[in-house]
Amino acid sequence: MVIYEEEHTQLTETCERLARDALAKAIFIVDKDGQLVTATGETTGIDTTGMASLVAGSTAATGGLAQMLGEEEFPVHFHEGQHTHVHVSVIGGAMILVVIFDDRSSLGLVRLRTKRVYSDMMAVYERVQARMNDESQKMDLFGEITDDDIDSLFNDTF
Amino acid sequence: MSFINYAQREIILKIVYYGPGLCGKTTNIKFIYGGTNPDARGKLISLETKQERTLFFDFLPLSLPAIRGFKTRLHLYSVPGQLFYSASRKLIMKGADGVIFVADSQRARKEANIISMEDLKENLAAYGYDINKIPFCIQYNKRDLPTAMPLEELRADLNPEGKFPEFEACAVAPDGPGVFDTLKSVVKMILMELKKTK
Ligand SMILES: Nc1nc2c(ncn2[C@@H]2O[C@H](COP(=O)(O)OP(=O)(O)OP(=O)(O)O)[C@@H](O)[C@H]2O)c(=O)[nH]1
Ligand SMILES: [Mg+2]
Repeated sequence: MVIYEEEHTQLTETCERLARDALAKAIFIVDKDGQLVTATGETTGIDTTGMASLVAGSTAATGGLAQMLGEEEFPVHFHEGQHTHVHVSVIGGAMILVVIFDDRSSLGLVRLRTKRVYSDMMAVYERVQARMNDESQKMDLFGEITDDDIDSLFNDTF
Repeated sequence: MSFINYAQREIILKIVYYGPGLCGKTTNIKFIYGGTNPDARGKLISLETKQERTLFFDFLPLSLPAIRGFKTRLHLYSVPGQLFYSASRKLIMKGADGVIFVADSQRARKEANIISMEDLKENLAAYGYDINKIPFCIQYNKRDLPTAMPLEELRADLNPEGKFPEFEACAVAPDGPGVFDTLKSVVKMILMELKKTK
């Protein structure tokens, strides 16, 4: 997936609005391959990168289960904890919307508010798709990169 | 396909360690974790059984310095090697930018290596990837063991045409020979590929 500034801003704004309306603690958008697209709310103390890979993993496992049972997908799943709960929904087959909330909110409210932003998010997702298919938008990130550049990438890290 | 976020100015490469049960995939990832500058690594997540066998996956995020202002991040995953976890293996392959096949050099694992390689090809094909086209390399691990097969034999089984870059390794050794070389090789292939497809 390729996310451009404009769509990133739109997705983030939608998440911020949803966080207010649903009284959520934090909201994330993760791509199905496990990368974090955007995060809003009380994210300090959360390992967002690790969380993104786990959410994608659990969504993939849930989807695999659905297919075994003859469903295409379980587009929404919910994890209920002692104090913290997670509402997960798949948008446009490629993005995962994760709403983390506690007792300040309720499953009913989160479900209702989340449903209302689906179409906004779908619209953004469709623009992302269109851009990705548009060759003229491609930026040459690595055009002049050399072997030495690549080697030097590792030297400071390992 | 790599994940590019222009807003965050980052590019994320997903690399999957594949291979038969107990070949040393998790050991590779743990060695990389241990050998990486703490500033450059995230938390290592291992979803494993009580017996320390991978149940779903290991996950390790690493950040490399920026290339032309873009932070390059590596997301390393390992699959569960045991045969019956086939469904999970397939899920983890989704969106992989590069694959490392870890072979177990021990003679007793000859058959297991071959089966796992076939399984990998099938899972790649299921996502429309071709092993000859994606960034891919092979690591012959456990070279330290007396029961290790000669290199020629492993090659004949797994890389008969010599198409894939290959490395000998011992992921349990304190200096983990071959571990970083294998990773660098596949990262290099991915970046070269990105450069081509631009
Ligand atoms: N002698 C030797 N042992 C190794 C080497 N690499 C890994 N091992 C050992 O092999 C065993 C299995 O290693 P893991 O890394 O857990 O194997 P895995 O491929 O992740 O296995 P699954 O999670 O079941 O797929 C452990 O006891 C390791 O210490 C090596 O290079 N030499
Ligand atoms: Mg393992």
